[in-house]
Amino acid sequence: MFANFDFDVIRRSLGYLFFDGMTFTLTLTGLATVGALVFGTLLALMRLSNSRLMGRIAGVYVDLMRSLPLVLVIFWFYFLVPYIGQWVTGSSRPVRVGAFTSSLVTFILFEAAYFSEIMRAGIQSISKGQPAAAQALGLTYSQTMRYVVLPQAFRNMLPVLLTQTIVLFQDTSLVYVLSIPDFLGAASKVAQRDGRLVEMYLFAAVVYFAISCVASFGVRRLQTRIAFVH
Amino acid sequence: MNYHWNWRIFWEPAPNGTGTYLDMLLSGLVLTIETAICAWIIALITGSIVGVMRTLPSKTASRIGFLYVEFFRNMPLLVQLFLWFFVLPEILPRAWGLWLKQMPNAPFFTATIGLGLFMSARVAEQLRSGIGALPRGQKLAATALGLTTAQTYRYVLLPMAFRIILPPLTSEFLSTIKNTSVAITIGLIELTAEARAMQEFSFQVFEAFTAATVLYLLVNVVVVIAMRFVERGLAVPGYITGK
Repeated sequence: MFANFDFDVIRRSLGYLFFDGMTFTLTLTGLATVGALVFGTLLALMRLSNSRLMGRIAGVYVDLMRSLPLVLVIFWFYFLVPYIGQWVTGSSRPVRVGAFTSSLVTFILFEAAYFSEIMRAGIQSISKGQPAAAQALGLTYSQTMRYVVLPQAFRNMLPVLLTQTIVLFQDTSLVYVLSIPDFLGAASKVAQRDGRLVEMYLFAAVVYFAISCVASFGVRRLQTRIAFVH
Repeated sequence: MNYHWNWRIFWEPAPNGTGTYLDMLLSGLVLTIETAICAWIIALITGSIVGVMRTLPSKTASRIGFLYVEFFRNMPLLVQLFLWFFVLPEILPRAWGLWLKQMPNAPFFTATIGLGLFMSARVAEQLRSGIGALPRGQKLAATALGLTTAQTYRYVLLPMAFRIILPPLTSEFLSTIKNTSVAITIGLIELTAEARAMQEFSFQVFEAFTAATVLYLLVNVVVVIAMRFVERGLAVPGYITGK
């Protein structure tokens, strides 16, 4: 089975795979997580606010994103982002946007829907006495959220948020449909150039598996530690 | 926005000779649903077996179940489909590999099996937590009545556990439908792929994607409503959501 297995093709392309491909994947994962967390928290606050309209808007947005396949959303934004850019900058024609920016915008807007559901659960898990006490101390709404509710909600939900980040890390491989050289895209390029599909795809699978395994093991340890503190 | 909208495009004939653009999208929708249902059957059967294994008293069985779930959960679906589609035929004995490669409809079968196994790990985890959520007394009572382990699962634990996990199973089924679109990468011409093809033929990007979006939303709504009826029909009086 491994008789004509060419390990050298992996060794030769390691630099390209990790310095170009994996850097793209990890940067996209990191920035998208931060962006999606911020936007998702905003959506969660909108949903829990007293304003019916705001809650409605956030609810529709979250439900819409969660019922669409990520591949379709990637295509949507790939074509839509240039027009959004035109609208934002007020230029006369659609703005040319790079592959990275386009996928970053897509992942922030898409994953925010999932992060917002996690943050909503986190905010709702805080006992009513906390915001009530904050108000009694004379804190404003935004101070209550910033200093009392959100830090606790974030802490409680940390394991779930990290698990969602692992999902996001795996999902970034879907930028393959735009022929962007992320880690899988880079592996695929080498695979097709050298006719070494078996070696490259097996190697990519092993790398994704190792990273996700280590990360989810870490999350599990964190979870037991947090559970112990409570 | 200097984009030329043309909503009548759906009734114009598509260049691939299969009818109008609307027909094209609808045939993609049918393939999406077919793939999702076949994959879901595989996911339910395999997932149930693995989920039960994880709760068995046997250490080996639960260990195997754990490894199975970790294997399918820690790799992106896209990579798994590539392994099934590109790698498997090469590492099998020559004759089998050739047979696989010459199989008609290979993208469909690969997508069904790959997606089915990918989702089965999720089903297994849901079922495990469902069985774990049952009060311990259920299992003890079944043992006290003299039921074997198989009978305990068949008549006591599983009927209740499956009812408990119906809502999360519904959302796993919705994920299965959405995930069929990943098979676009191995050449399955499902709904997203048809929308993409329509965009390439007609240059009407936003009409094509809007139509696909609406169709996905419709499927979602239908599944959610249907499952609500199933849940109501299966509810046990005096328990969970039963009356």
